[in-house]
Amino acid sequence: MRPTDWRKATVERIRPETPRAATLTLNVPGWSGHRAGQHVDVRLTADDGYQAQRRYSIASAPADGAPQITVVEVDGGEVSPWMVSVAREEDTFEVRGPFGGWFVWDPAHTEPVLMIGGGSGLVPLMSMVRAGAPARLLVSARDRDDVLYLDELEKRGVDLALTYTRRMPLGWTGWNRRVDREMLWKWQPRVGPRVYVCGPTAFVESVADDLVFLGHDPANIRTERFG
Amino acid sequence: MSTTRGFFRRRSGDDERLPPGQYLERGFPVLSAGPTPHTPLDQWDLSITGAISEERTWTWEQFLALPSEDFTVDIHCVTTWTKLDTEWTGVSIDTLLDGVELEGGYLTALCDGGYTTNLPVEDVTGGKAWVAYRYDGDELEPEHGGPARLLVPHLYFWKSAKWVRRLIFREDDEQGFWEQLGYHDRGDPWLEQRYQGD
Ligand SMILES: Cc1cc2nc3c(=O)[nH]c(=O)nc-3n(C[C@H](O)[C@H](O)[C@H](O)COP(=O)(O)OP(=O)(O)OC[C@H]3O[C@@H](n4cnc5c(N)ncnc54)[C@H](O)[C@@H]3O)c2cc1C
Repeated sequence: MRPTDWRKATVERIRPETPRAATLTLNVPGWSGHRAGQHVDVRLTADDGYQAQRRYSIASAPADGAPQITVVEVDGGEVSPWMVSVAREEDTFEVRGPFGGWFVWDPAHTEPVLMIGGGSGLVPLMSMVRAGAPARLLVSARDRDDVLYLDELEKRGVDLALTYTRRMPLGWTGWNRRVDREMLWKWQPRVGPRVYVCGPTAFVESVADDLVFLGHDPANIRTERFG
Repeated sequence: MSTTRGFFRRRSGDDERLPPGQYLERGFPVLSAGPTPHTPLDQWDLSITGAISEERTWTWEQFLALPSEDFTVDIHCVTTWTKLDTEWTGVSIDTLLDGVELEGGYLTALCDGGYTTNLPVEDVTGGKAWVAYRYDGDELEPEHGGPARLLVPHLYFWKSAKWVRRLIFREDDEQGFWEQLGYHDRGDPWLEQRYQGD
């Protein structure tokens, strides 16, 4: 089978991540593995034959076997509410992939990397973290409920910085604004490492612009825009 | 065809104008591999080079002085959104090539930021492609490819290279940035040519 062939995916397990997000472990016969950061194309078919296709990053590490996707529900959306609120174990849809050869991290890249994620933009970064990427991670979230994988990140001892853009947890003394130049500078004044930035378009646009302003070489900045 | 339990259509679509696997988008999402370049207009130029009888370069003022066209087209991004009736102003590739003889059947669009994409000449000539510099009645914003981008609306939108600076004509097809990473060489949305092998 080639990555471009559609295959049946069966939902093997569902784990709620936050009130608005869930991780689905997929059983995909013939799945031949992926590189951390890649995505799959997903296709859902309604009873009347209507089909919808979307892209979802793979959250699991290549060594984890069965691919996992984490979906954050978009209000009024067509596919993400199904994934988060309707899907049950044993449900099926179609996937193909993996795709994407740029926004990836391979173990051969042993130097430290920086990662900046907003909302569901954390998903491909998590795959890289799980694969062992030596990363410092900056996460922008609306509130505590919006942070994916928080327990696991803490358990793994990942060098994690957080900023809350809407509601802060009780007793929070850290950042509570959107990522800006000053924050990026305080977080990591050294330029040089490769930087991965992923999230909604407006977020990626402004973070990538700020990184260039702070002296990062544009060639070292890899972006993935979800919007 | 296997269906998915509990999934149904939520979006209304103009099906005839939606290529397979695409959905109707009202916003204007962005796809690029890195930061958005911001080249000052006094340092901007556009050139045609390579396998052609005469190389040409235009400064920003010279480029704006070329005969332009207003056109309304549908655009189709490989990430599965389609946007209908987008309004642009740009210079037709036919105008850029007026009086020049082509010595090859392919071209590479080279952009600020180092991004490239490859196209057959027949996909950009005959009124099918432009270098566009206005969108929706305004200057083209940097995140959407400003000051000027290639516009080849009948192919997936990554072929409409943002921040285009040079069209390099070639005798042989040479894969561009996304194409080397597994995207299709031609990218016809109606044939759903998303990835190499489609
Ligand atoms: C390469 C890539 C990887 C992605 N990986 C993930 C992932 O790992 N997890 C994940 O949850 N999503 C991911 N996405 C986004 C995902 O593909 C869908 O766009 C998202 O789930 C919304 O689809 P929907 O059918 O629910 O909403 P739609 O029916 O498509 O849209 C509903 C409304 O929401 C708006 N909208 C669409 N997408 C978004 C968005 N991302 N954020 C905010 N508003 C939006 C639309 O403009 C529309 O108005 C990825 C996108 C790309 C391009």
